[in-house]
Amino acid sequence: MMRKRVWLNAAALIICLIHVLPFYILITTSMKAADDPSSKWIMPGYWYTDNFTNAFREANLGTAFINNATVTGFAVLLIVILGSVAAYPLSRHRTPWNKFIYTLFISALIVPPLTILVPLYKLMVDIGAMNHFWGIILLHVTFNLPMTIFLYTGFIGTIPRELDEAAMIDGAGRLGLFYRILLPLLKPITATVIILSGVAIWNDYQFSVFFLQQPSMRTVTVALASFFGQYNNNIGWVAAGSFMAAIPISAVYLFLQRYFIHGLSSGAVKG
Amino acid sequence: MLNLLYAPALILFALFIFYPFLKGIQISFTNWDGYSQEYKWIGFANYERMTTDPDIGKVIWNTFIYGIGSTILQNIVGLAYALFLNRSLATRGLTRTIVYLPVIISPLIMGYIWYFFFQYQGGAINDILLLFQEKPANLLGDSDLNVWIITFVNTYQYLGIAMVIFLAGLQSIPRDYYEAATIDGAGSYARFCHVTWPLLAPSFTVSMVLNLIGGLKLFDVITALTNSGPGYASASLSTLMYQLYFGRQDAGYAASIGNLMFAIISVVSIFALMYLRRREVTS
Repeated sequence: MMRKRVWLNAAALIICLIHVLPFYILITTSMKAADDPSSKWIMPGYWYTDNFTNAFREANLGTAFINNATVTGFAVLLIVILGSVAAYPLSRHRTPWNKFIYTLFISALIVPPLTILVPLYKLMVDIGAMNHFWGIILLHVTFNLPMTIFLYTGFIGTIPRELDEAAMIDGAGRLGLFYRILLPLLKPITATVIILSGVAIWNDYQFSVFFLQQPSMRTVTVALASFFGQYNNNIGWVAAGSFMAAIPISAVYLFLQRYFIHGLSSGAVKG
Repeated sequence: MLNLLYAPALILFALFIFYPFLKGIQISFTNWDGYSQEYKWIGFANYERMTTDPDIGKVIWNTFIYGIGSTILQNIVGLAYALFLNRSLATRGLTRTIVYLPVIISPLIMGYIWYFFFQYQGGAINDILLLFQEKPANLLGDSDLNVWIITFVNTYQYLGIAMVIFLAGLQSIPRDYYEAATIDGAGSYARFCHVTWPLLAPSFTVSMVLNLIGGLKLFDVITALTNSGPGYASASLSTLMYQLYFGRQDAGYAASIGNLMFAIISVVSIFALMYLRRREVTS
């Protein structure tokens, strides 16, 4: 029995090693000087910091991180507010009309935004939203709302109605009821929504490359892609840039990984 | 009739999803170049053009490989990992954390990370191959191989989602079922076939449909690894549409490709959903 357990743990460690390999190669590549011909499998005995300083400066990663944080922060805030508020009547008052609205929201889950890229681009130009943060924020909000409304509607359905009635009797208005009674109870699902939409928006490339074309407005993925286009013969720089771009979200994940994994499983299976 | 609470969400929907969707159908019947004010109504010409487009067959085929290939791989390996990690192992938390990590990294960055593996000059795979052969292998330039490399990278990245969904499903199966089956003399294989497999049906529905939609719309990884080349060898419908619009100012045709993609993804996912849901009921 003991021996079997040792073997199983060894097998799990081998799985870990296989999955870590790409990150290992990323690190060795980012640390090698351009004229170092040694294999990517071998850790260089030195740390060539020029790759990092050059990549950070040339790809303008500092500005890109700030842009990314701005877009993600505002979009997630709006998603939580608009999504939770919209889900409340859809969950509490299941009239035929509300059921129709709910189905309308949910049907958008299947449609990838990319399929309507051409008309979306035209619309963004027409309303003057090109190269403005507000434009892309509204887009992110819209395309993340279906999942958000789906999760909130399901979750509110599990909260007893009696709670609403008790609060009403105590004199709470409808909005007061929502913010003082319901919102605190929605914490677990709000955490899930923040994680799911936050990761999707932080990592976005498609919308950002189409709608934030001005160099000073580039988000991390767009900055990295144009950097790659310019310097793909200098692989050390590109590796260092990719490495730095992956660090913030990996760090957040490693600190909060319990909630990440829980968020996904509760969102996907129980929602 | 309209509720004030969901009105803002509904307005955003109407403006950024429903209106563009209808507008896209209209644009697909024109020869619009994407910029000028003038364009002509050309009827079904863009859709007829699809039937004679020399690249499109390959592109649709690739899109299905990315969608269905990664879905099958992700679910097989994801289920295997979940069954394995459902035991009490000291290394369980570590393995789960590591397998799930790529899920949260941008698919574009993930593409670059794997680029260092597969690249022609000095790639990690070629470092090993060169020990056995004279010349490096042009893995990403090989038009038969690169589609599978991209499918593999997409599988590697989103394997964690399937694993976590199956783990959650496994943990929701009551232990008594297994105990009862054991008392009835069921071995571990019979327990899997008669308890685990049918009761995991809801997890399969979620995992299959999520991965299917994700694979069919694949874009970032292709852009990062091969830029859909050589030629259109590794293009998907999304990358083709992007190049038609921004590369060749062929917006009308790009819009019709977008509509084709919309039709394919909704038909495939609705059929998959219906089939998988029926399986849940009968199990």
